[in-house]
Amino acid sequence: MKYSYSILRSLIISSLLVATPLLVSAAEVNVYSYRKPQLIDPMFAAFTEQTGIKVNSVFAKKGMLERLQSEGANSPADLVFTVDIGRLSDIKNAGLTQSVDSARFAGHIPKNYQDPQGHWFGLTTRARIIVASKERVKIGEILSYEDLADPKWKDRICTRSGKHPYMVALTASMIAHHGAAGAKVWLAGLKSNLARKPKGNDRAQVKAVKEGECDVAVINHYYMANMLKDPEQVPWAESVNVLFPNQSDRGTHMNVSGVALTKHAPNRADAIKLMDFLAGSQGQQMYAQKNGEYPVKSGVAWNELQKSWGKFKEDSLSLAAIADNRAAAIRMADEVGYNN
Amino acid sequence: MATGLSHALKHLPRQGHQSGSPPDWWTAGALVLAALALMPVAAVVFFAVDSSGDIWGHLVRTSLPGYVGNTLWLMLGVGCSVFLTGVSTAWLVTMCRFPGRRIFEWLLLFPLAIPAYVIAYAYTDFLEYAGPVQGLLRALFGWHSARDYFFPEIRSLGGAITLMGLVLYPYVYLLARSAFLEQSVNVLEVSRVLGRGPWRTFTTVSLPAARPAIVVGVSLALMETLNDYGTVDFFAVYTMTAGLVDVWLGMGSLAGGAQIATTMLAFVILLITLERISRRHQKVYQQSSSRFRALPAYYLGGFRSALAIMACALPVLGGFVVPVLVLGRLAIVYFERSWTPAFQTYTLNSLLLSASAALLALLVALFIAYSRRLNGGRVLGFATRIAALGYAVPGAVLAVGILVPFAAFDNALDALLRRTVGISSGLLLSGTVVAVLFAYVVRFLAVALGQVESSLEKVSPSMDMAARTLGYRAGQTLLRYHVPLIRGGMLTAVMIVFVDCMKELPATLLLRPFNFETLATHVYQFASDEMLGEAALGSLTIVVVGLIPVLVLSRMIARSRLTSGNPAGQG
Amino acid sequence: MAAPQARPRDPASAAARPLLQIRNISCNYALERAVFDLSLTVNRGEQVCLLGPSGCGKTTVLRAIAGFHPVLTGGIFVNDQEVSAPGSMVPPEARRVGMVFQDHALFPHLSVEQNIASGLREFSTAEKREAVADMLERMGLGHHANRYPHELSGGQQQRVALARALAPKPLLLLMDEPFSSLDLELRERMGQEVADTLKENDITCVMVTHDQNDAFALGDKVGVMVEGAIVQWDTPYDLYHRPKNHFVADFIGNGVFLDGELRSASRVVTVLGDLDSEAILDWPANTPVEVLIRPDDVIHDSQGPIQARVTRRAFKGAEIMYTLRTSNNITLLALFPSHANFAIGDEVSVRLEVDHLVVFPRDATAV
Repeated sequence: MKYSYSILRSLIISSLLVATPLLVSAAEVNVYSYRKPQLIDPMFAAFTEQTGIKVNSVFAKKGMLERLQSEGANSPADLVFTVDIGRLSDIKNAGLTQSVDSARFAGHIPKNYQDPQGHWFGLTTRARIIVASKERVKIGEILSYEDLADPKWKDRICTRSGKHPYMVALTASMIAHHGAAGAKVWLAGLKSNLARKPKGNDRAQVKAVKEGECDVAVINHYYMANMLKDPEQVPWAESVNVLFPNQSDRGTHMNVSGVALTKHAPNRADAIKLMDFLAGSQGQQMYAQKNGEYPVKSGVAWNELQKSWGKFKEDSLSLAAIADNRAAAIRMADEVGYNN
Repeated sequence: MATGLSHALKHLPRQGHQSGSPPDWWTAGALVLAALALMPVAAVVFFAVDSSGDIWGHLVRTSLPGYVGNTLWLMLGVGCSVFLTGVSTAWLVTMCRFPGRRIFEWLLLFPLAIPAYVIAYAYTDFLEYAGPVQGLLRALFGWHSARDYFFPEIRSLGGAITLMGLVLYPYVYLLARSAFLEQSVNVLEVSRVLGRGPWRTFTTVSLPAARPAIVVGVSLALMETLNDYGTVDFFAVYTMTAGLVDVWLGMGSLAGGAQIATTMLAFVILLITLERISRRHQKVYQQSSSRFRALPAYYLGGFRSALAIMACALPVLGGFVVPVLVLGRLAIVYFERSWTPAFQTYTLNSLLLSASAALLALLVALFIAYSRRLNGGRVLGFATRIAALGYAVPGAVLAVGILVPFAAFDNALDALLRRTVGISSGLLLSGTVVAVLFAYVVRFLAVALGQVESSLEKVSPSMDMAARTLGYRAGQTLLRYHVPLIRGGMLTAVMIVFVDCMKELPATLLLRPFNFETLATHVYQFASDEMLGEAALGSLTIVVVGLIPVLVLSRMIARSRLTSGNPAGQG
Repeated sequence: MAAPQARPRDPASAAARPLLQIRNISCNYALERAVFDLSLTVNRGEQVCLLGPSGCGKTTVLRAIAGFHPVLTGGIFVNDQEVSAPGSMVPPEARRVGMVFQDHALFPHLSVEQNIASGLREFSTAEKREAVADMLERMGLGHHANRYPHELSGGQQQRVALARALAPKPLLLLMDEPFSSLDLELRERMGQEVADTLKENDITCVMVTHDQNDAFALGDKVGVMVEGAIVQWDTPYDLYHRPKNHFVADFIGNGVFLDGELRSASRVVTVLGDLDSEAILDWPANTPVEVLIRPDDVIHDSQGPIQARVTRRAFKGAEIMYTLRTSNNITLLALFPSHANFAIGDEVSVRLEVDHLVVFPRDATAV
């Protein structure tokens, strides 16, 4: 058996070359996204169709920030898309963003859904709603987030991990409204009402309600629309009633998915064009229709399901304020042992 | 004689070194490779030393004890499980005779093809409330909701232990089996002549002799357990790995994550030391002309053989057949949604990446192992141990340890080039496949090293000396004489590294370049969104691909029983 | 194998052509000194042997000659070229030495032919074929050319190992306990065959072994080694008949030591009678000494002055080795032809007839 070093070597090199993507010089925008590809690719496709600018995206659930930091000035990323306020503020605080003149988006994006300094912009909002079993919970029995800590719900509530960004944002808003001590009491109370150790995502909680493991769950509103699209998940959605908490006082806690322009964006101009597109009517419309999220731009038509729920009072607390409390909220989850 | 003489004169002594010691490329190269393998671990420890606010205090007060506790329980449970399953099946299959034994010998390997997170997804779908098992129970007993009856929660610590045990026992099985096969026939025969029955011979003769091999197998299984991210994330079992990712990414503290990682390294060093010591006990020089002798066997009668069949069938059924059937059904049902051009690309990505990494890992392992054989010495031995550490570092931590230095290098190089020649080199290492390849090689080098080293140890040192005196330099000796003899070990190394790369998840998630998904990351994404159906096709593909090396290994096992004669040369 | 041809050897010219010179080398083994200040010279065409118990350092010396072991002092020279010195070493592959090992170390994945051809890389294909065919014929392996090592017997493997080492026409052949893995009967035959082959082909050889018979079969010169040094370097005959000290006398061959006193420069008085020495015994009168009595020095003589009783007997075919106890309680070993078949307990009369008297001063430090 003859071993040829050179064959082996060239094999390795060529496979490396094949696998490494080549640099393209056409007009393009590079996107780092926490949002799943199937949720934003349609928007990008529409944008490319309209403008001819290609959009390359990489999706990761974790680790984007670190990647951006270590890539430094050489980072190819132009825009970062996130699913909640947490990552947006983290990236800004890490000094990885640059500001965009918010006058561009006047009339498109409300003030409380964008960064005061123009470093990030919300593109859609998501309400954190409470769903309750049609069979076992009467309408009006539970009306607010604070009710969740009421001992009468012991062993009847399911939520996802207390350290997930959506729950963290909710806790952060509780801190903003009730102070740290009050929020901690609330969180501990909610934990003791959990029917099971937090596991799975929001949809899994609805599934648990359907299966009888618990009676009440906390989810983001658009999951209802998503579940109704999947035949296997329709029974889950249909087993619960939807309620927008705190309508009688401050309103329902809202989170945003948003976008930020990176500090060293190589394709700045084209990236801003994309931001324009997404904040404009067409982009916003697609968000509403395709994903069932609430567009930030007012006047854009909602989808059928959202219409059926009707208008509701939103907590006007600025997202920036929520972002400031996030660190404390995460620690609080550890302190009450929420996930144990 | 005249021609001989003229030959002697023609081929005068080749050039030699007269002054000082010659530059020893082998040692230098091995040290460089070991340093590269160490780099991510060093980077992680370096960051751990960096101050991180009072997050360490916070961790110790709140969640760290939980992380450590969960990890310990998981490791204890999995350790016991793989020991019992692996050793018992290995012994049954080598020492006893019962119908189907020959088939079970290689069937028992099959769960190796299934990554832990895939079996977790499969059983969750199978055993959850909406799955067929509970559905059947409810139909039979007239229950209506989860409140009406008790069913063990699969997504729990217990579930994790059971399922991980089911896919990790082959490590122990393989090693215990080969240890039992290599037993001294004479010792066994003496034991039987002295009147010891099968059980006593097992506990007093076979088991102690196989202990080093078994310990190695269990250590490997435990290392895999420590590394797992997909399963523990899905089952909400907060082990140190899950905690690390949570602290690093959820709380934004890289240093905190690195500190948890450093704590894990303590476990890791323990496991590696255990494995190394046991391997040393395993050391045997194989005679180059040993004959094949059949081991004395226990023929099992009716009831006992039924038990034996069951004992062997259960791991195969539970660890392979059931998950594959579950996934198969899901894959068929969700086929249209899953079989997309993107999916095909991901498959190709996985294959290419894993194959490249496996070859690379083998080359590095060969170099280091041979270097050690040539020059021995404590320095090289230490360097080899260092190079092996990467195996036990969780993929996510490895990713951090690789990303940051790579990116720093890229930025420095770019800055340098910009200053001197005015062009930008951009990102050469980080954000390309090189980073992922590097992660794979560092992570799985130990596997390749272990295989290559133990194969090399079976080649008598006089072989080396014979080749050298016949005029071959060290490198040529390796290629011409060692490699053909250790072909089996090399192949095994490539196979196992290939399979491990296919399954690898966290490092790939964090290091991959633009628009690059592997099958593993694709499956994980869907499953963690509770879309198990969409994840099934990818999972099944991973298993099928993972089966290929398992099948080859199985054939080797099946065939090696039939060839009498030199085990070193053939097969 | 072809019959050995008588080759006239010219001692003078042999002495003028040392192939291997070892000058005052010391070596360590596992951090301990294993070889102390050792020197030896091997001439072209000579076969020499290092003989000693295990742990005496002989294998270390061999490996140093081959280039696998560094030397701490002195130097090793092949053909007047320095190949080993403290701090520098010509690597083994450049030394053109052949080596044969105890476990043969044949390449199991290659056939006999391929094994033999392994060292012939720099030969052309035609030359290679010729050399291999030549070797196969010399070693009587013609029928086994395509067999694999595991299909051969121990003796055949040994021959292949030798053929492989000799095929590239090395300057020097090194053998490390080459016959130890063979069974007794084969060993003797192989020893003879190999000795003949080496002589016939004028191959310079250094062998190490712990077995005297192997050494005697092969070695023109044998060095007895103990604890890292050579205590006597001589022909087998001289080692047997003229050992230089107690250790060598004891190690080589059989025999007993008889206590006595030096009466004069040529006479020793012992309890079994007086013995005359041809050589001058250069110690003061009345020095306590011991005399080596080999089994063949004890002659059966029905008129003999010594009466003894047989206490043990070992049948060796043509001869029987008897252990005798004399009337004054001295133990002797005697080798008689076996048709005089004494039983244990029989009384025999013997006399001592020692041709070369081997005498040492009797004291505690034996070597």
